[in-house]
Amino acid sequence: MRTNDLILQTVTKVILFIILLFSIHLFFAGHYYPGGGFIGGLMTAGALVLLLLAFDMKTVANILPVNYRIMTAIGLLFSIGTGAGALLFNVPFLTHAFNDVYLPLLGKTSLHTAVLFDIGVYLVVIGVTMTIIQTIGEDE
Amino acid sequence: MSLLHLAIVSPLLLAVIIPTFSKSIRQIHTGWFVLPLPVVLFIYFLSFIGTTSHQGTVYESFEWIPSLGINFAAKVDGLGLLFALLISGIGALVVLYSIYYLAKDKEQLGSFYVYLLLFMGAMLGVVLSDNLIVMYGFWELTSISSFLLIGYWYHREKSRYGAQKSMLITVFGGLAMLGGIILLYLMTGSFSISEIVAQSDVVLEHNLLIPAILCFLLGAFTKSAQFPFHIWLPDAMEAPTPVSAYLHSATMVKAGIYLVARMSPVFAESPVWLWLVAGFGIVTLFWGSFSAVKQTDLKSILAFSTVSQLGLIMSLLGVGAAALHYDGIDDNVFTVATTAAVFHLINHATFKGSLFMVVGIVDHETGTRDIRKLGGLMHLMPITFTLAIIGAFSMAGLPPFNGFLSKEMFFTGMVNILKLDLFSLSTWGLLFPVLAWIASVFTFIYSMKLVFRTFTGKYKPEGLKKKPHEAPLGMLISPVVLGSLVIIFGLFPNILSHNLISPAMASILPSLLSPGDIFDVHIYFWHGPTIELFMTIGVVVLGIILYLTLPKWERTYDLLPKKLTLNKLYDKGLEAIQSGSFKLTRFYMNGYIRTYLVYIFAFFILILGYTLYKKDAFVIDTANVSSIGFYELVLSLLIVVATITILFAKSRLTSIILLGAVGYTVALFFVVFRAPDLALTQLVIETVSVALFLLCFYHLPKFKKEESKIPFKLTNAIISIGVGAIVTAIALSANSTKLFDSISQFYVDNTYIRAAGKNMVNVILVDFRGFDTLFEICVLAIASLGIFAMIKLRLTRGKEG
Repeated sequence: MRTNDLILQTVTKVILFIILLFSIHLFFAGHYYPGGGFIGGLMTAGALVLLLLAFDMKTVANILPVNYRIMTAIGLLFSIGTGAGALLFNVPFLTHAFNDVYLPLLGKTSLHTAVLFDIGVYLVVIGVTMTIIQTIGEDE
Repeated sequence: MSLLHLAIVSPLLLAVIIPTFSKSIRQIHTGWFVLPLPVVLFIYFLSFIGTTSHQGTVYESFEWIPSLGINFAAKVDGLGLLFALLISGIGALVVLYSIYYLAKDKEQLGSFYVYLLLFMGAMLGVVLSDNLIVMYGFWELTSISSFLLIGYWYHREKSRYGAQKSMLITVFGGLAMLGGIILLYLMTGSFSISEIVAQSDVVLEHNLLIPAILCFLLGAFTKSAQFPFHIWLPDAMEAPTPVSAYLHSATMVKAGIYLVARMSPVFAESPVWLWLVAGFGIVTLFWGSFSAVKQTDLKSILAFSTVSQLGLIMSLLGVGAAALHYDGIDDNVFTVATTAAVFHLINHATFKGSLFMVVGIVDHETGTRDIRKLGGLMHLMPITFTLAIIGAFSMAGLPPFNGFLSKEMFFTGMVNILKLDLFSLSTWGLLFPVLAWIASVFTFIYSMKLVFRTFTGKYKPEGLKKKPHEAPLGMLISPVVLGSLVIIFGLFPNILSHNLISPAMASILPSLLSPGDIFDVHIYFWHGPTIELFMTIGVVVLGIILYLTLPKWERTYDLLPKKLTLNKLYDKGLEAIQSGSFKLTRFYMNGYIRTYLVYIFAFFILILGYTLYKKDAFVIDTANVSSIGFYELVLSLLIVVATITILFAKSRLTSIILLGAVGYTVALFFVVFRAPDLALTQLVIETVSVALFLLCFYHLPKFKKEESKIPFKLTNAIISIGVGAIVTAIALSANSTKLFDSISQFYVDNTYIRAAGKNMVNVILVDFRGFDTLFEICVLAIASLGIFAMIKLRLTRGKEG
């Protein structure tokens, strides 16, 4: 028996992108305003969960053929790699570097290696949340 | 990082890239890519001979954990160099041999050479490290690589059994050695071997001396397969023959010998050391050679023979320690034992290495190692037969091979014990030469058996799987090289004495040398009609008689009941440990989460409650508390009401919604307290976890309709009230106690200046406490993989549960 969830599906199609954009905004805002990799990742995962609720597992797996376990691994690599990268410059593990750079269109932009670290956190959070939900959800 | 360090870790580095060779270039045998490395290393280490033969050492240090005194200190001295040459030299020959032994299209060559290189690097690390902790790390790595190599043919039951056995025994010894290392650190405050040697007088007076000696000797005896820990070595013969030749006869099993030699300058003056090393050595020598005679598998004979020869070297090192109790080296008769130990170490590597390769050839060309099926191969494999004669006669101690020389010196060393008047050796000392002589007779018998049962007698083609013929040339090169060394060292032993033996002795017995002095080693063929010569003649005569009458007295081995062997003890012990720990675990891990929660919470209450009481930490201080506003009051009420309602909820959905309500209210609290990051996180977490709960509940059985009265459980009531009370008490006390200033001002001051961020929470997460975050995401990843594994990989549950 399948319930008629047309409203949910239609709304999801619109809202999904708003949530995703908002989550990316949260991720990048993190250094100056509320947000960051952890919250951004959770928000993205929340959007994906909404997608899962509105449609079924198989449809979502077709739209987004992502192996979330590998995503977790890539995230961990990012974070550890950022930390280990510091060793190449003969400073302690996980020392960050930052600088203000003038980029075309964007103007004065602060670049920070913490972003790389945060990308790792972001990916790990999505990967972990989705792995757990997917595995439990798929289990018959 | 110096060239020396690079040389030590170079096999490990090559091990990283060798699998790509074996995968991408399949038409060339992977061994050819490995072979250059040990050759280059051998030449590189040869260049140190000039330094060490003048008592010089090369020392390079590389800081690893300086705060704990752990540095990767590499030191090349006589002893280390001797072993390094053995490792790289025999290593090169073994790799060459393995190229012809392992077929490139049938075996997994990539993993084989990775393990072999892993071992080579680890072993070089063991013998060239001057820091005990670093040495320990490499030491365990040799055990692990040995485990992997024994289990190389992992589809065989016996390989797995042998691998596990060797691992359990050697790692047990390794852990004991770690204990010894820590004891030494307590005594001297250093992990550096050189510094510990300099403080040996402190160690010898210390009351931890005996435990430290016992710990170190446990490590050495398990690794070098000394009685009663020798049982792992025969089972290790399941490894491919090149591995047996390399690890289990020439190098790894000598790590224990190396350890004893290396620690001799520290411990050797203690009578306990002398007694234990010499005693266990001589018993092992006897037991190994005695057991070797009854074996029918060629490799088993060699395994027990290795055990016994290791015992021989060990006992010589023990007896050599007696030299320290006499001054001067000119008329010191006991140093000859140490000379013999070092000399025999080299000789054993040559003749036993070649014998293993010979056995490998026989196995490879006939398809069996069972001595009862073999015979008459002399005409079919003339070169192999010659090599076997050379190796076995050297092992038996016959002239003109090198084994004769070291065996004569061994007898000299053992006879000299009678001249000792220390440590009640005058009463028991006679046992040493007697046991040594008997063991030599057995050695002679099994050496003869090895050669003549295989190569002479009746040719039995029907029992063989293949039609035997001489091995290919490439397979013969390595044993021929080793066999020639047996003869060269036999005829011209003094090419070794100045370059290798004397510097190695200087590392073992440094206190006997005054500065600038060297051990003057001369090895003679002919001593004149001394007692040693008569002992050798006696060995040969009695050996021949016993060998010829072997079928008549072989039955005596059956007198020893099968149930009483050490192997049975090991098997039964292992079983008992397994079933015992299983029962113990079953006793408290009964599979109910309820029970586990009771344990966890009970401990929680007891420990925290006790600490609160003991430290007098329970304080309530309302001086710094701000007034409670309207919103806070409302939110707290909401939480309380929602929480209590959960207890009375009739359906699961209601419980989930109520739990969600609690979570969202907490998020609102964060909003009220102006913590947007926390509020956001809490909100999203709540949302996701509600979804997760829904998924989980889908799998749970239906909520029971009928109302069954849940019996009141006093324990659970006490525990739940206790947890609540303790947490509240801790929260209140934590808020009321200010032991130190809050760190928050630091973050306020530094967030922008040091980390160029304005969001303090995020900067703490990614920068100031980035390490915490790194570990947290690791934990998250592990947890998700755990959940994945629990749900997806439960195929075997039915079988084991």
